[in-house]
Amino acid sequence: MKRAIATIAVGLAASLFAGAAFAQSTLNNVKQKGFLTCGSNPGLAGFGVPDAQGNWTGLDVDFCRAIAAAIFNDPTKVRFIPLSAKDRFTALQSGEIDVLARNSTWTMSRDTQLGLDFTGINYYDGQGFMVRKKLGVSSAKELNGATVCTQQGTTTELNLADFFRSNNMKYEVVAFATADETFKAYDAGRCDAFTTDASGLYAERLKAANPDEHIVLPEIISKEPLGPVVRHGDNQWADIVRWVHFAMLNAEELGVSKANVDQQLKSENPEIKRLLGTEGKFGEAIGVTNDWAVRIIKHVGNYGEVFERNVGAGSPLKIQRGQNALWTKGGLQYAPPIR
Amino acid sequence: MPTEAGAQAPARGSLAYDPRVRAAVYQIVLVLLVTFLIYEAATNAIANLRAAKIASGFGFLEVTSGFDISQTLVPYSAAASTYGDAFLVGLLNTLLVAAIGIVLATVLGFIVGLARLSRNWVVAKLATVYVEVIRNLPLLLQLLFWYNAVLAPLPAPRESLRIYGVTLGAPGMFASLVVLVGLAAAYLLWRATERLARSPLERTLGKIAATIIGVLAGFVLLFRSGLLEATEGGIGFLNNRGLFLPKPLFGEGAWLVPAALAVGLVGAVAFRVWAKRRQEATGEQYPVGLVAFGLIAGLPALAWVATALVAGNPISFEIPQQQRFNLRGGLQVLPEFVALLVGLVTYTAGFIAEVVRAGILAVSRGQTEAAASLGLRPGQILRLVVVPQAMRVIIPPLTSQYLNLTKNSSLAVAIGYPDLVQVFMGTVLNQTGQAVEVVAITMAVYLTISLITSAFMNYYNSRMAIVER
Repeated sequence: MKRAIATIAVGLAASLFAGAAFAQSTLNNVKQKGFLTCGSNPGLAGFGVPDAQGNWTGLDVDFCRAIAAAIFNDPTKVRFIPLSAKDRFTALQSGEIDVLARNSTWTMSRDTQLGLDFTGINYYDGQGFMVRKKLGVSSAKELNGATVCTQQGTTTELNLADFFRSNNMKYEVVAFATADETFKAYDAGRCDAFTTDASGLYAERLKAANPDEHIVLPEIISKEPLGPVVRHGDNQWADIVRWVHFAMLNAEELGVSKANVDQQLKSENPEIKRLLGTEGKFGEAIGVTNDWAVRIIKHVGNYGEVFERNVGAGSPLKIQRGQNALWTKGGLQYAPPIR
Repeated sequence: MPTEAGAQAPARGSLAYDPRVRAAVYQIVLVLLVTFLIYEAATNAIANLRAAKIASGFGFLEVTSGFDISQTLVPYSAAASTYGDAFLVGLLNTLLVAAIGIVLATVLGFIVGLARLSRNWVVAKLATVYVEVIRNLPLLLQLLFWYNAVLAPLPAPRESLRIYGVTLGAPGMFASLVVLVGLAAAYLLWRATERLARSPLERTLGKIAATIIGVLAGFVLLFRSGLLEATEGGIGFLNNRGLFLPKPLFGEGAWLVPAALAVGLVGAVAFRVWAKRRQEATGEQYPVGLVAFGLIAGLPALAWVATALVAGNPISFEIPQQQRFNLRGGLQVLPEFVALLVGLVTYTAGFIAEVVRAGILAVSRGQTEAAASLGLRPGQILRLVVVPQAMRVIIPPLTSQYLNLTKNSSLAVAIGYPDLVQVFMGTVLNQTGQAVEVVAITMAVYLTISLITSAFMNYYNSRMAIVER
C-alpha cells in the first residue's frame, strides 16, 4: 500500500515537474548512479525472490544482473525494487526503475499506450489453473460455477473473464492486490481455483500448507510471453536490454558457458569471436565495452544455465524447457545473429 | 481580519497604506498565483504524457472493461460493461460499507463510551480495555486479523452451516398440556413469592425458580410442541464463500409494502411531533415508541397480508441452491465485506467512544444533580438532560470520525473487497495505465464524499446548537 502510494506520488511528481528526466539517456544515468535499478517480483520462486539473507535470485533477477555485468563488469551493482503487479508499470513510467524484469506479459496495449517498450521474450508462458485434488476436477472446462482467486492488474484477470465467457460458464472472481494474498486466500479455502501463469502455479504451490493436495489442470488458456520492459523513446537503452537477452541465447546456441568462456575466447569460430568481442566492435555500438558478452557469461551464464539454475532441473520447480528451449531443439527461443 | 481593522481606522494618505486595498491586492495575487500553478501543472503534465507516449484523456471510461468484480450492486459484466461502469460499481461498494459502517460504529461507540462512564467497575474496565487495545493497533493489522478470523473457522461450501426457517404447525396434545401447566405454575409461584416471602433472599430465589419454569415452558412451546417446525433443508447457508440468505423477489402489487412503510415512517414522525407539542401544552404523555413501532412495522405487514389475500403473495423468496462448487441464487454477503465492516466498525467505535465520553464529561455535574432533584430517573437524566447537551461537544469530532471511516474503507485493497480504490485505482489504473486521470478522479470522489458528509453534519450541528433567546 505504502509502495503504491509512493509510486503514484513519484509518478505524478515526475510527470508534472520532471520532464527533463526523460531527456537524459538511461545508460548515462545508470553509469552516473553506479548501479542499475531493476523492478522485480516481490516473491515468485524461480523468477524473482529474496532469500533469508536478502540476496535476490531468479530468472528475471539474473537478467538484471546480466545487464549490470555488461555495463559495470559487476553483477552485484543492481538495486532490486520489489513491485506488485499493479504498481510495476507506473514505477517504470516515472523513472523509479531503469528496467522492469518482472514476468510481465507483452501485450499490444501495454506496448503502445503506456509509454513503454518490451524488448524481447525471456520466458514463454501461458495461464493455467490450480485446484484441490479432492474437488475431483480434471479439466478447466469443468469449473462452471467455481470461485476463482486471481491477482488484480494482470492479464490473468482479463483472460479469466474471456475463458469463462467463451466457454459459456459462470464463475465468481475474488481479486487481490498481491500474489501472496491471492494464494493465501486460495489456500484458506476462499476459492475453488487459483489462476496465474503456469510457471507461477508451480512456484506458488510450493508455498501451500500441503503442496500434494493441489493439482495443476492441463489446460493453458492464453499466450503469456513474458519479457523485460523499458521506457519508450530511449532506443539506445532498449538496444542494450534487448541484446543482453540475445547474447545469452546466442551463447547457449554456440555452446559458450560460464565454465568454458575463457577457453572460448581463443576460439576460431567467427560467430563466437563476434559474440565475445574478439572480432568487430559490436559492444561499443550499443554503448558498452566490446567484451560485454564475456562479462555477462562469466558472471551470470548463458540462457540455458540461467534457466536450469532458477526454474529447471537445478531448482525445486523442475520446469521442463518446453517452449523455452532453443529453436534448434524444438523450442521458441531464437536470437538474431551478432554481425 | 484585516478588513475589520480597516473599518475601525479610516484610510488616509497613499492607497498603498490602506489596509483594505492591501488585503484585496494580496488576495488577488494569491488567487492568480494558485491558478497559474494549477494551469502550469496541468499543461506540463499533458505535454509530458504526450512526449512519453502515454495515453491520456478520459475516453478510457467508455472502453469495455473485460474483467469481473465479485460484488456488484448494479448490473455489471466483463463483456458488456465499461471502465466507467467499473468505477460506479467500486463507488457504490465504498458507499455501502461506509454507510453501514457509520451507523454501526455510532451505535457501538455510544455504548462503549457510556460503558466507560458506568459505575459498574467490570463494565467500565472492559470498555477501557476495548478502547485502549483497538485504538492502539494499526487498522490494517486488524483488517487482516478479521479477514482470517472470519475465513478460517468457516467450512467449505459442501459442508455449509445451515440456517433453518420455521413454519407454523399445530401443537400436540401432550406438549400443550405440559406448556399450560408449566406456565400456570410459573405464574402462581411468582405471585406467591411476592406475597409470602419473608426475606429478600427468599424473594430472589422464588422469582428465579419461577423464571426458570416459565422459560422451560416457553422453550417446550416454541421448539418441542410442534407449533413451530423447521423447514426441510436450510433457507440460509454460511460457509467460507460468505453468508447466503433468501433473496426477496418482488411480484405484482409488491410496491404496496414499501409504500406502506413510507406512510408508516411519515406517520410515526408526525405522531412524535404532535405528541411532543401535546406534552408541552398539557403535560400529558403518549407511548410514542409503541405507536411508532406499530406504524413502521405494522402497516407494511398489513399491506403485505392484504395484497396476499387479494392478489396472491407479492413477495416470494429465492432460496440459495447447492451446486457443484458453490451456492447459487439468493443474497450473498461476501466474507471480505464482513471482515472490512467489522474491522472498520470496531476500530472507529473505539474513537467514537472517547468522543462520547468527553462530550458527557463536558456536561456539568450540576445538570445531573438538578435533573435528579426534579425526580428524573437515571435513564431519563441521560436521555433528556445529559446527552442533548453533550451532543454539542460530540458532533464536530464525530464528523471527523465519520470521514475517517469512509477514507479508511480504502484499506479494503488488502483483503480483496472491491471498493473504489481496489477496482478503480487497482485494476482499472493498471489495465489502462492512465494514472493521472484515475488518481485525479479518485481524489475528487473522496473529496466530494467527505464534503457532503461534513455539510450534513454541520447542518445537524447547527440544529443541535444552543438556541440563544
